[in-house]
Amino acid sequence: MEAAAGGGCGSGQPLLLSEGEQQCYSELFARCAGAAGGGPGSGPPEAARAVPGAVSAAAGPVADLFRASQLPAETLHQITELCGAKRVGYFGPTQFYIALKLIAAAQSGLPVRIESIKCELPLPRFMMSKTDAEIRFGNPAELHGTKVQIPYLITEKNTFKRMDDEDKQETQSPTMSPLASPPSSPPHYQRVPLSHGYSKLRSSTEQMHPAPYEARQPLVQPEGPSSGAPGAKPPRHQASLIRSFSVEREPHDNNSNYPDEPWRITEEQREYYVNQFRSLQPDPSSFISGSVAKNFFTKSKLSIPELSYIWELSDADCDGALTLPEFCAAFHLIVARKNGYPLPEGLPPTLQPEYLQAAFPKPKRECSLFDSYSESMPANQQPRELNRMEKLSIKDMADFPVPAQDVTSDDKQALKSTADEALPKDMSEDPATSKDSNSLKARPRSRSYSSTSIEEAMKRGEDPPTPPPRPQKTHSRASSLDLNKVFQPSVPATKSGLLPPPPALPPRPCPSQSEQASEAEIHPQLNRAPSQAADSSPTKKDIPYSQPPSKPIRRKFRPENPATENQEPSSTVGGPASAATGKPHTAVQKQSSKQKKAIQTAIRKNKEANAVLARLNSELQQQLKEVHQERIALENQLEQLRPVTVL
Amino acid sequence: MAVCVAVIAKENYPLYIRSIPTENELKFHYMVHTSLDVVDEKISAMGKALVDQRELYLGLLYPTEDYKLCSYGYVTNSKVKFVMVVDSSNTALRDNEIRSMFRKLHNSYTDVMCNPFYNPGDRIQSRAFDSMVTSMMVQVC
Repeated sequence: MEAAAGGGCGSGQPLLLSEGEQQCYSELFARCAGAAGGGPGSGPPEAARAVPGAVSAAAGPVADLFRASQLPAETLHQITELCGAKRVGYFGPTQFYIALKLIAAAQSGLPVRIESIKCELPLPRFMMSKTDAEIRFGNPAELHGTKVQIPYLITEKNTFKRMDDEDKQETQSPTMSPLASPPSSPPHYQRVPLSHGYSKLRSSTEQMHPAPYEARQPLVQPEGPSSGAPGAKPPRHQASLIRSFSVEREPHDNNSNYPDEPWRITEEQREYYVNQFRSLQPDPSSFISGSVAKNFFTKSKLSIPELSYIWELSDADCDGALTLPEFCAAFHLIVARKNGYPLPEGLPPTLQPEYLQAAFPKPKRECSLFDSYSESMPANQQPRELNRMEKLSIKDMADFPVPAQDVTSDDKQALKSTADEALPKDMSEDPATSKDSNSLKARPRSRSYSSTSIEEAMKRGEDPPTPPPRPQKTHSRASSLDLNKVFQPSVPATKSGLLPPPPALPPRPCPSQSEQASEAEIHPQLNRAPSQAADSSPTKKDIPYSQPPSKPIRRKFRPENPATENQEPSSTVGGPASAATGKPHTAVQKQSSKQKKAIQTAIRKNKEANAVLARLNSELQQQLKEVHQERIALENQLEQLRPVTVL
Repeated sequence: MAVCVAVIAKENYPLYIRSIPTENELKFHYMVHTSLDVVDEKISAMGKALVDQRELYLGLLYPTEDYKLCSYGYVTNSKVKFVMVVDSSNTALRDNEIRSMFRKLHNSYTDVMCNPFYNPGDRIQSRAFDSMVTSMMVQVC
């Protein structure tokens, strides 16, 4: 059945529509017209042809539909112009059909021209938000009495809903998540069975079961739109069916509430996320700190504002750390973004932490089993499929670089062999990881499907930056304070080497005091130095004897000290002032702490010296008293002897 | 309702500034800028020893006679300042309301800080923060 377009087309050539297109377009038209309250236009095109201007689609739904085709605005303008709607002022069926054809052409990459629509084209693809769809198109059931597909992305939701409502079939197919499935481009995902009648979908469900895996292979290859020839409908149909199956391989209990497919985490994804979590944090019930998560997610090569936004969405309690469900949500959002999905405005309900915790119980594997599990990987079908999913999703996520893994090879053997290659490498790392499992090393658990690429990426990125070496500036000074004191030969030149340490003090708030303190400190040091040079342990007797000789030394240095110290502070003050503030502060702090110690030792020694001197003083006083008494006695004797002469 | 909200960093450059879209937005920016002086004065006048007891809310900073606009200030302990210009002609906003608005700002700001991808000193680009500020601003239809 072919309809011939009327005068809507500028060139006046007949518009050839295939049967599928016919049905699709008529339904779309009906939808647009129906939404506007017009009569149904799903009748045969003859009717439409007969009454070319009677039924027209309202501009609103049509505009929405066109926008849902995700073509740029000017293309849509061109299309509307070309199809003649602008000219006639409304969207009659012919205009609408031409417009749909043009949309299909534009989506196929052909220029928007009337000639483009002459060739065989795939059905146009539309993606709409579900709110739009629901508002505009309402409950599909009520429109035509048949559960017809609405051509938009979230149709899969409807597919999903209806499939579950009608026959809850568990597909054993190694389905890929909706996110992994559109590895090359979102349009793939939108290949929903447009208008082919849901009954067909249902009836052929069983047939699809055994062959979904192989049938999926053609999808994986980068299908050009040219493959969507109308004649190729059945495989496309299959493909879309498979896609719908992949979508519905979710747990059945919590599906009908949350229709947003791209934000649902499948089991394999969940496992993968959990494993990645464990690689960062061995305890699944604890959380990952912000910095660790930041390093990890930065490897995904998304821009920082996007990562910041993803974090904002996923960290629900805003505590700067990610628990396991939050981490899964964040990872899922990153994966979605890498696959081309725009980030949602708010956290989708399927990614809420409560939902994630409730939906997926925490994996009961213990750490001890973990390594054995990874070893038993090759025997397991599932991880290989996950491997495959990983490889395919990694095709897009070029960030976790796939080391020479040929993603497009859909040969299971090839994948298995690469997985096996990866495994021995992983095995060697396994003992190391098991040893390090307790430490927060960011090396991921070696699993065959957590592809080695990610491991390498992680390892590459994971050297914690060594802290910058502390400036050892004060060490020399401190050592000069102590060592010079001990080893100092009584050389004035080297003694002047003691002087540089004190000038560090002036930067402190009370330079005068510190100078005095340093002077006082130097002096006993200077005094000590000669004494200690003589004997290592200054005896008490030596001290008083050494003190007088040191006094001239002190006096000699006294003029020098203030002079030198006056010079040094100015230079040092100038120095720190000009230099960056950070280093001198730390240096001064260290110096001051060293200085404090030195001052304290000096104080102690002073005290000892004081005690000694006090004792000495008392002894001398005693001697003085005795001498006094002797003198008195002697004078008395003299007195006794003298009176003889006085008289 | 606020007419302009600004978050100023410790070094007195703006981390976030948003005003209602009128034709003369610069006027608000200017007000915020002049308010900064008042803020600094208030901070320093509080005394150095009483940092802990210093109140975060600074109160009315800068009343203008003609525009009927007032600006209020709030300083966090890390010397990040929030300045809000409100239009006092419509509703007489009570002090408590202003305080609650600042508290909300502060909470949102700490949430932004918690994001590890946010480097302190960057402009604030968080959507949650934006939406919170939008809720506080005068609704211009």
